[in-house]
Amino acid sequence: MAKSSLDKKFDQIRKREEEKTFSTKKRSRIVNKFLNNRLAVLGLIIFTIIILASIFAPLLSPYDPMRVDLRSMRQPPSFDHWFGTDSTGRDVFTRVLFGGRVSIFIGLGSAILSAVVGIAVGCYAGYKGGWIDVIALRISEIFMSFPQIILVLLLVSITGQSLFNLMAIFILTGWGGMYRLARARMLSLREEEYVQALRSFGLSTFTICYKHMLPNALSPIMVNITLSTAMFILTEAGLSFLGLGVPLNIPTWGNILNVAQDILILQNYWWMWGPVGIVISVFVLCVNFIGDGLRDSTDPSQQG
Amino acid sequence: MKKEILKLRGVKVHFPVKAGVFNRVVGHVLAVDGVDLDIFRGEVLGLAGESGCGKTTLGKAILRLVEPTDGEVKYISQDDDEIELTSLEKKDMDPFRKKLQIVFQDPHSSLNPSFTIFGSLQDPLKKFGIKSKEERRKIIGDLLEAVNMRREYMDRYPHEFSGGQRQRIGIVRALCLEPELIVCDEAVSALDVSIQAQVLKLLMQLKKEKNLTYLFITHDLSVTEYLCDRIAVMYLGRIVELCASEDLYNNTLHPYSEALISAIPVADLDKQTKRIVLEGDVPSPVNPPKGCPFHPRCPKATDICKTEVPTLKKYSTNGNEHYASCHLIDLPEIS
Ligand SMILES: Nc1ncnc2c1ncn2[C@@H]1O[C@H](COP(=O)(O)OP(=O)(O)O)[C@@H](O)[C@H]1O
Ligand code: SF4
Ligand SMILES: [Mg+2]
Repeated sequence: MAKSSLDKKFDQIRKREEEKTFSTKKRSRIVNKFLNNRLAVLGLIIFTIIILASIFAPLLSPYDPMRVDLRSMRQPPSFDHWFGTDSTGRDVFTRVLFGGRVSIFIGLGSAILSAVVGIAVGCYAGYKGGWIDVIALRISEIFMSFPQIILVLLLVSITGQSLFNLMAIFILTGWGGMYRLARARMLSLREEEYVQALRSFGLSTFTICYKHMLPNALSPIMVNITLSTAMFILTEAGLSFLGLGVPLNIPTWGNILNVAQDILILQNYWWMWGPVGIVISVFVLCVNFIGDGLRDSTDPSQQG
Repeated sequence: MKKEILKLRGVKVHFPVKAGVFNRVVGHVLAVDGVDLDIFRGEVLGLAGESGCGKTTLGKAILRLVEPTDGEVKYISQDDDEIELTSLEKKDMDPFRKKLQIVFQDPHSSLNPSFTIFGSLQDPLKKFGIKSKEERRKIIGDLLEAVNMRREYMDRYPHEFSGGQRQRIGIVRALCLEPELIVCDEAVSALDVSIQAQVLKLLMQLKKEKNLTYLFITHDLSVTEYLCDRIAVMYLGRIVELCASEDLYNNTLHPYSEALISAIPVADLDKQTKRIVLEGDVPSPVNPPKGCPFHPRCPKATDICKTEVPTLKKYSTNGNEHYASCHLIDLPEIS
């Protein structure tokens, strides 16, 4: 065929291609989808408010969360003390704000650190396969099958209660799930032809799996990070309520809730445990909404 | 004088089949089971066969994307140095990775959705010594224009392109280090027929401009006739016929090739031959049949076919070398 007619055909194709208005970048598509999900947006707003309020707690409250004030014990909510005061006269609202700092730090921090460990191991092992993968899989199974509560009791009795012990336990028991998620994604991604193409250039394993493949494995992991954050916050509250979590002198949401163990307080002073309970529930709910929103907006099967 | 660029000798790729709780190896998929093949510089060598017969695996074994279980893949450089690739250390492979490239079948998984075209392509260029970003952008931009796309497309994401465009980007990727041989693994099979023709023309045009050699893998013999200089027909991991393109269609020696050719739809009703329908599916490459691997489906099979494996023998048709492996060929064998 003469070259000119070939060129003509190509020009036609090119014209057709250009007429199609190119859609905006993929990232903004995900953002758009997320923003269309009302619950997720609501979750994100409340989540942000609670986090900002915790961070700027000293600006929002004139009280010291630790200062005992015997003249104003067990006061019901008032204009001075929005959530009332506790048995030693400390302002409950201030304690909820400061407690949020620690609780969110534990939840989010443990979730992110487990994800970092899980991703680092899972990406490499999933891509490489072989004995590295077998060993990592067995180790993760050991950690995941170990009951969390027994690990807590063990560590608390060995090293004593501390915030970092608690986080270490959360990471030890939590990285396995992230690892498996990352590994499963890598197992399916490594057969993709773009990965084969990168291998055909002899690029290093690190470049291929951490730089080129990881971004495509990230969305289910992001969802899992949010869901784990919620779970860790609940677990912290539960353990602290039982007196096994963070040492009682550090205000956390769980430690504030701890006073409800006393039947007298449970029955007569609802403001000491009610508001903090609601804050925990609302926060966890919001994080879950965000997680669901992320899952829907990054689901490739819904991207068309 | 024709010079080889690749010599395959007894190449085998066996995948272990694992089963049970302990992941014991219970057998092997004989995906490629002893292939001898020479590829000459500047030719287009077709590799045809039903899907599952090991074409992709053979292509990948050449690039060491899968490690051959056995056999040799020799690269012959322009100054006639012979280098055995399968025994090289990983890092010693690099100079040859540049020379051997591949274009894949599936335009949807062949590009990384998280990176722009430039983002995906720049790492290989960086690795092979093109340090400045401007230079990398120029190389990719020039190649995009060579495949009739605009330079600016390099900053777009794969999802913004159609299948045909993606396939052309795949060609850009294969070309970016100036290779000598490109394995085109069903490079057009997933495209619309009208776009197929355009991409094929483009491939041929590029071959001329850049002195390329193609190993053109396809399951569809209707594409290969006009494109390929020679064609190898594969069945269950082995080459059963290898000859000049026109001889495959006009002087077919192997019953399997006959069946494949008869399955090509013909526009001209007078030329319509009787279609040979192959019965049954391709046998499992885990337990290939004894004797001639094709005998359970072969319309000409005789008793000897069930017990003795035919070897690939050299004949001559039309003055060309013609290899085939069948007991029933009554041409004189050439040594
Ligand atoms: N990584 C692998 N592990 C196990 N079996 C494989 C693998 N890759 C391919 N196979 C098997 O090898 C055979 C040949 O596959 P392939 O080379 O893809 O065939 P083709 O490209 O001709 O369709 C098939 O039976 C396939 O199932
Ligand atoms: S050897 Fe026998 S079974 Fe095999 S292709 Fe020839 S005739 Fe058919
Ligand atoms: Mg294939």
